[in-house]
Amino acid sequence: MAHGPAKGISRWLFTTNHKDIGTMYMWFSFAMFLLGGAFAMVIRAELFQPGMQLVEPEFFNQMTTMHGLVMVFGAIMPAFVGLANWMIPLMIGAPDMALPRMNNWSFWILPFAFLMLASTFFMEGGAPNFGWTFYAPLSTTYAPPSVTFFIFAVHIMGASSIMGSINIIATVLNMRAPGMTLMKMPLFVWTWLITAFLLVAVMPVLAGAVTMMLMDIHFGTSFFDAAGGGDPVLFQHVFWFFGHPEVYIIILPGFGVVSQVIPAFSRKPLFGYSSMVYATASIAFLSFIVWAHHMFTVGMPLAGELYFMYATMLIAVPTGVKVFNWITTMWRGSMTFETPMLFAIAFVILFTMGGFTGLMLGIAPSDIQYHDSYFVVAHFHYTMVAGAIFSLTAGIYYWLPKWTGKMYNETLGKTQFWIAFIGFNLTFFPQHFVGLAGMQRRVPDYALQFADFNMLSSIGAFMFGMSQLMLLFNVINTILAGKRAEKDKVWDGAEGLEWTVPSPAPYHTFSTPPQVK
Amino acid sequence: MLRRAKPLFHKLLGSAILMGMLGHQAVADEVERWQVNMTPGVTPVSQEIYGLHMLIFWICVAISVIVFGALAYTIYAHRRSKNREPSTFHEHLGLEIFWTAIPFLILVVMAIPATRSLIHMYDTDTEVDLDVVVTGYQWKWQYEYLGKEVSFFSNLHEDSNAARQLGSGVDVNTIPNYLLEVDRPLVVPVKQKIRFLVTANDVIHAWWVPALGIKRDAIPGFVRESWAYIEEPGIYRGVCAELCGRDHGFMPIVVQAVEQAEFNEWIAQEQAAAAELRELAAQTFTFEDLYERGEGVYNRSCAACHGAQGQGVPGAFPAIAGSAVATGPLEAHLDVVLNGVPGTAMQAFGAQLSPVDIAAVVTFQRNAFGNNMGDQVQPVDVVQQQNQ
Ligand code: HEC
Ligand code: HEM
Ligand SMILES: [Cu+2]
Ligand SMILES: [Cu+2]
Repeated sequence: MAHGPAKGISRWLFTTNHKDIGTMYMWFSFAMFLLGGAFAMVIRAELFQPGMQLVEPEFFNQMTTMHGLVMVFGAIMPAFVGLANWMIPLMIGAPDMALPRMNNWSFWILPFAFLMLASTFFMEGGAPNFGWTFYAPLSTTYAPPSVTFFIFAVHIMGASSIMGSINIIATVLNMRAPGMTLMKMPLFVWTWLITAFLLVAVMPVLAGAVTMMLMDIHFGTSFFDAAGGGDPVLFQHVFWFFGHPEVYIIILPGFGVVSQVIPAFSRKPLFGYSSMVYATASIAFLSFIVWAHHMFTVGMPLAGELYFMYATMLIAVPTGVKVFNWITTMWRGSMTFETPMLFAIAFVILFTMGGFTGLMLGIAPSDIQYHDSYFVVAHFHYTMVAGAIFSLTAGIYYWLPKWTGKMYNETLGKTQFWIAFIGFNLTFFPQHFVGLAGMQRRVPDYALQFADFNMLSSIGAFMFGMSQLMLLFNVINTILAGKRAEKDKVWDGAEGLEWTVPSPAPYHTFSTPPQVK
Repeated sequence: MLRRAKPLFHKLLGSAILMGMLGHQAVADEVERWQVNMTPGVTPVSQEIYGLHMLIFWICVAISVIVFGALAYTIYAHRRSKNREPSTFHEHLGLEIFWTAIPFLILVVMAIPATRSLIHMYDTDTEVDLDVVVTGYQWKWQYEYLGKEVSFFSNLHEDSNAARQLGSGVDVNTIPNYLLEVDRPLVVPVKQKIRFLVTANDVIHAWWVPALGIKRDAIPGFVRESWAYIEEPGIYRGVCAELCGRDHGFMPIVVQAVEQAEFNEWIAQEQAAAAELRELAAQTFTFEDLYERGEGVYNRSCAACHGAQGQGVPGAFPAIAGSAVATGPLEAHLDVVLNGVPGTAMQAFGAQLSPVDIAAVVTFQRNAFGNNMGDQVQPVDVVQQQNQ
C-alpha cells in the first residue's frame, strides 16, 4: 500500500498527490511572480524620470495590465492554493484532498491559461492594454483583437479556481480526523474554507462579465454599449461584484498563515480564536455588499453613494478585531524573531496601514480626490504585497523545513526580510504623497513636481525585486544544500497536526487518521 | 522658474525628512516639488473634502500610535530574552466587545461629517449660474458653454506634446508646466455656481481638477453632473483620471477662473469669433486664402500624424503626398476628413473643426506636397455634405 511517487515527468503530469500538486502550484506561482515582477520593473524603469525614455505608451499600458493580471491571478491566488494543498490535509489529519483527480486538473489547466495570456504579446495589436479591471468599452469596442484570448484565459483561470475551491470545501467538510471539530480547526483551514466559498460565489460572476464582453465584441449584443441600449457602468457593477470579494480572497488565507505563525513564535495560543473565526466570516459577508466603493466617481444616486460608504466603513470593524487579536497574542508571550515571524509582524504593521488608507478611501467625499490616483495604488499594494505576499513569504519560511526536511539559511532569510521591508516601503510610501498631490494612476509619464518621489519609488522597487531573487536562492539552496532539520517539530512553539509527521513529510501521511483530543 | 534637479543624495535626505512630517508645510521653495498632501482647493466642496481628509488622517494617526505603540512595547518587553515563561491566556469576551464597539463609535463620528459633505456635493440643482458641457475624447477635452454658442477643444500643449515623444531629445525639465498645459484653457467666472455636465464620445474618461474638488467619470452615452463655486481667480490644473487608451496620460485640464466682468468680455469675444466663423462659412474664398489657412490648420491638427511634409509614417499613418484619397474624388476626401475612418486613429474632424477650416485643409491637402489637383472646396460645400 505504501508506494512512493512515480518516476520521471509522469510523476508530475499524472499525480494526484496533494503534496506534489501543492509543490507544482507553488513553483508555478513563483514563476508567474517573477514574470509579473519583470513587468513591474519595466513600469518603474519608465517612471524613474519624467519624459518617455524606454517604451511607447501603448506598450506601457500592456505592462500595467499584464502586471496586474499576472500578479493577482497567476502569482497570489495559485500560491495560496498551493499552500492549501500542502497544508490543509496535514492540518486536519486527512490522507489527501477529497477529489484528487480534479486536483490534478485544476492545476494543469492553469499553465495553459497563462500561456494563452502571454501569447497575446505576439499578436497583432499587442497584449491587453485596458487595465486589470478591463472597463468596457475600452476592453470591448476599443480593445486590441487579442482580447478574445484574454477572455478565454480568464475563463480557464476561473474554472481552475472553482475546481480548487470545491475540492477544499469537500476536504475540510468531510475529511477531518476524528475529534477535529470545526471550532478546533487551525485558523489557516478556517480562512481557506471561507475563501473557497467566496471563490465559488464570485468566479462565475467574473465569467459572466467576460462572456458579456465576448458577446458584445463578436455577436452584436450591446450589454456595455449605450448606443445599443446598454450601459458601460453595468460592466463596473458586475466586475466589482466579483472584484471586491476577490481582494478578500487574496488576503483571507494570508490572515490564516499569520494566525499560525504569530502564536508559534510567541509560544502562546492564538488570542480570541472564536472571535477570529467570526471576524473572518463577517469580513467575507461584508465583502459582498460593498462593491460600488470602487465607483464613487461614476455618479451613482446619493442614496447609493451613502449606502456603499457606510457598508465599506463597517469592514474596518472586523479587520480591526483581527489586528487587536494578533497583537494580544504576542502580549506577554515569549517571542523570538526568526524570518517567518519577522514577515508576520511586518504584515501586521503594513496591512494595518493598508487598512487605514482603505478606511480613508471608503469615505466617499474624500475618495473623490483619491480615486484613480497613486494613493489607491499605494493602498492596494500595502494590502496585497505587504498583506498577501508577506504572509505567503512567512508561510514559505515557516513550512519549508516541513516540506523539505531541511533548514533554510536564517541569516539570508533575515537579510531578505530587511531588504524587502525597506524596499517595499521606499516604493509604496511615497506613492501616497504623489497621489494626494494629484498624480493619476496608469500613466507612463508625469508632471515635473512628481519626479523626486517617483525616483525614490523606482529605487525601492528595484530593491524589492532583488529581495525576491534572494528568496528564490534561499529556497533552492535549502533544497539542495540545507542543513537537516533535527526535529519533526521544527519550531518549538508550533502547534498542530502537521508537526506530528516527520520532516520532510513523507509522500503519504495520515493513512490512518490521528485522534484529536 | 523651474530649478534643475538636485543631486540624488540631497533628494533622499529631503524625502526622509519630509516623510516624518506628513501634513506639514514643506520648506518654502520645496513646496512645489515635494508636495505630500492634498490641496485644500478653492471651492467650498474642495475645502470640505480637505477637512474631512485631515480629520480621518489624524484619527488614523491616533489609532496608529496606540496600536503600533502596543506592538512595539510587546516586541521589546516580551522577547524570549526578557520573558522566558509565556502566559497562556487566550480569551477575553470583554476585550473583544470593547474593541468591536469603540471602533464602531469612531466610525459613526466620521460618518456624520462625511454624510453632510456628500449631500452638499450632490446639490447640482439649486441656483446654477452657468452650465458647461465637458466631453472626453481620445485624447482631448471639448468644452461647450450651454446656451452661449461657444464650444472648443482643449489639447495637450504642443511643447509638452513634442517633448513627451519617445526619443524626442527634448529635456522635459525645460518645458513650463510639462504635461499640465493645454492650447486652450476652460475659462470660467469666479463666485458663480458652475455646473459641469460630463460625458464622453468614445471610452470612459474622468474629469479631475483637484483644486475644484471635482472628479467625475465621463461615460459615453450618459451625462453626469458636478458643480463648483470657485472663490479665487487663478489657474487650476487637472488630468484625465480614468484609463482611456494610449494617451491617457496626455490629456490635461486647465481651468482659468476670472472675475465675472472679464469672463463676460471673454465670452463676448468668443461669441463674436464664432459668429464670424458662421458668417465666413457662407462666404466664398479665393484659392489662395483657402490654401494659406489650410496650411495652418494642417500643421496644427494633421501634421502630428501625417507629417509636416505630408510624408506620413509608414505602417501607421498614410502619406498625404500622392495619397489616392487626396488625389481622388473630392467627396470621398471630404468624407474621410469629416467622418474619420472608424476603428483607426483618423478621427471625425467634422465635430472639431469649423467648415471654413475643413474646406481650407482639404483644399490644402489636394494641392500641397506635390499633389496638384487644382480644385478647391468652399465652406458651403462642407456644410452641404455635412447636412446630407
Ligand atoms: C492621430 C493621427 C491622425 C491625425 C491627427 C490625422 N489623421 Fe488623417 N489619417 C490617420 C490614419 C491612421 C489614416 C488612415 C486611415 C485608414 O486606415 O484608412 C488617415 C487617413 C487620412 C486620409 C486618407 C489618406 C489615404 O490615403 O488613405 C486623409 C485624407 C486624412 N487622413 C486627412 C487628415 C486631415 C485633413 C487631418 C487633419 C485635420 C488628419 N488626417 C489628421 C491618422 C490621422
Ligand atoms: C479595511 C479594509 C479595506 C477597505 C475599507 C478598503 C477600501 C477600498 C476602497 C474604497 C477602494 C477604492 C478606491 C478607489 O478606487 O477610489 C479600494 C481599492 C482597492 N483595494 Fe481596498 N480596502 C480594504 C482592504 C483591502 C484589501 C485587504 C485588499 C487586498 C488584499 C484591497 C485591495 C484593493 C485593490 C486591489 C484596490 C484597487 C482596485 C483597482 O482599482 O485597481 N483592499 N479599497
Ligand atoms: Cu473593494
Ligand atoms: Cu484618460
